[in-house]
Amino acid sequence: MTDQVVAQGQPKSINLLKVLGPAHVWALGVGIVLVGEFMGWNYAVGKGGAYGALIACWVIGLLYTCVAMIDSEITSTVAAAGGQYAQAKHTVGPLMAFNVGLYLVLAYTMLEAADIQVAGQLVQIGALDMLASAPVNWEPYTILCLAILAWLNYRGVFMTLTVNFVITAAAFASIVLLFFAVKPWSPGEILQHQELLTGLPYGWLGVIAALHFGIWFYLGIEGTCQAAEEVRSPGRALPLGTMSGMITLLIAAALTWYVAVGVLPWEYVGWDLELAPLYDAAKVVSLPLQILLFVGTIFSAIASANGCINDASRAWFSMGRDRYLPAWFGAVHPRYRTPFRAIIFLIPIAAIFALQIPLAQIITFSILSGLLGYTFMPINMYKFRKKWPLGSIRRGYVHPFHPLPAVVLLTLCITTYFAVYLGYGRQLLAMMAFYIVVSLWFAFHRYKYVRRGDQFTMAWPRPRGY
Amino acid sequence: MWEVFEVLAWAISALLVGWMVWDAMRVGQAHSENELLSSREGVDDLFGDSNRKRS
Repeated sequence: MTDQVVAQGQPKSINLLKVLGPAHVWALGVGIVLVGEFMGWNYAVGKGGAYGALIACWVIGLLYTCVAMIDSEITSTVAAAGGQYAQAKHTVGPLMAFNVGLYLVLAYTMLEAADIQVAGQLVQIGALDMLASAPVNWEPYTILCLAILAWLNYRGVFMTLTVNFVITAAAFASIVLLFFAVKPWSPGEILQHQELLTGLPYGWLGVIAALHFGIWFYLGIEGTCQAAEEVRSPGRALPLGTMSGMITLLIAAALTWYVAVGVLPWEYVGWDLELAPLYDAAKVVSLPLQILLFVGTIFSAIASANGCINDASRAWFSMGRDRYLPAWFGAVHPRYRTPFRAIIFLIPIAAIFALQIPLAQIITFSILSGLLGYTFMPINMYKFRKKWPLGSIRRGYVHPFHPLPAVVLLTLCITTYFAVYLGYGRQLLAMMAFYIVVSLWFAFHRYKYVRRGDQFTMAWPRPRGY
Repeated sequence: MWEVFEVLAWAISALLVGWMVWDAMRVGQAHSENELLSSREGVDDLFGDSNRKRS
């Protein structure tokens, strides 16, 4: 129920609604990511061949397992909208928090733009493939998708994430059904791994380059943290939803790779203009499967965009609430209890990117911002355990083998930067330059508006050494 | 037929976005900024202990 605080002489405070459970957290995390199994990951095949993409799937899977473990531990204690932004505020400081907040907003808004672009283009493909109609424009359906999802988000988080749960579960089921439909117990009948799988066409450098798009298999699972302030029991629900989501994605990624490269040649799967490899794999098998995967692909794109609107708006809202951005964005709707101004503000930004920028470029912007966020996590974890060692505060989850996951995560992030540099060096440098410029703006202009005394909101003991 | 769908898609989109903007403006007029900006960060009950005690 609502958590209202009424102080004497103060207006009744309007907070976000605490109505979510672990299933919603799972739906948020997996919903954002699952589209990456239906499209995007296949560009890793273009960089490193089928085996290169499989290695990327495992290596990046390890990266995200570290992300999920670290996030689960810290978020089970820093339960605040804004997720990693709020964590950074508590463990590192304002400048890092500002940057992490922007990474989150950009990563999710760009991902949202990619999702709605794909949803629109799928309508175009479906009309052409299944209804044999004349070419249709994809733009109206892209904008329609954005408008409906933004409206849903505006009206309340419970319905938004309940819808996400249903369509994400349906999309995941379509991958599992496709896996069984290609009869993995009977190799050679439909699956042609022996003929189609070759070695590493571009050697180990190709494998490293494949890491860039391998991220697409899991990008966004860390978004579960954004629901922290709207979950009934965040200390338990967030680790449970995040870790079960990560397991779901590891299964989905393995099934996806196995089916796609067993049915289609790697040159086709990794082709720059190949949009939906699982859909195309189903097309080769049968018409009912083609329809099933069409629905699964479009559901996954919608679920992802829906989750991204939720997460980007929470991060933007949190930054407004703390005066890192104009306070106007920190408003909560008195009836729907959603960050309504943040939701509306981000609509045109997503629409412009979806309509104007090619998919691979938008994906790269999203990946780069995500990657910058992951690089912060090892620092975050190190500082968190140093300032508040085990036993000093109650945790909902304690991740094992510290500091190994943090070290592995940092190493994999550095390797993936190199992978991104190989294919998109200019975008990487432009993105870095952008964050340096906005950091200067924050440090020399915006910081004076920040309420410094209100930054630390968790009821924790004084950190060790202070 | 697809032309009709396209027009419908644009119209529904405009309607939904227009409604959100209208509602946001209406809320802004009906409530003070202090009230709308009154939310506070974090949660009091991290592990849902109060729910368990109640039941």
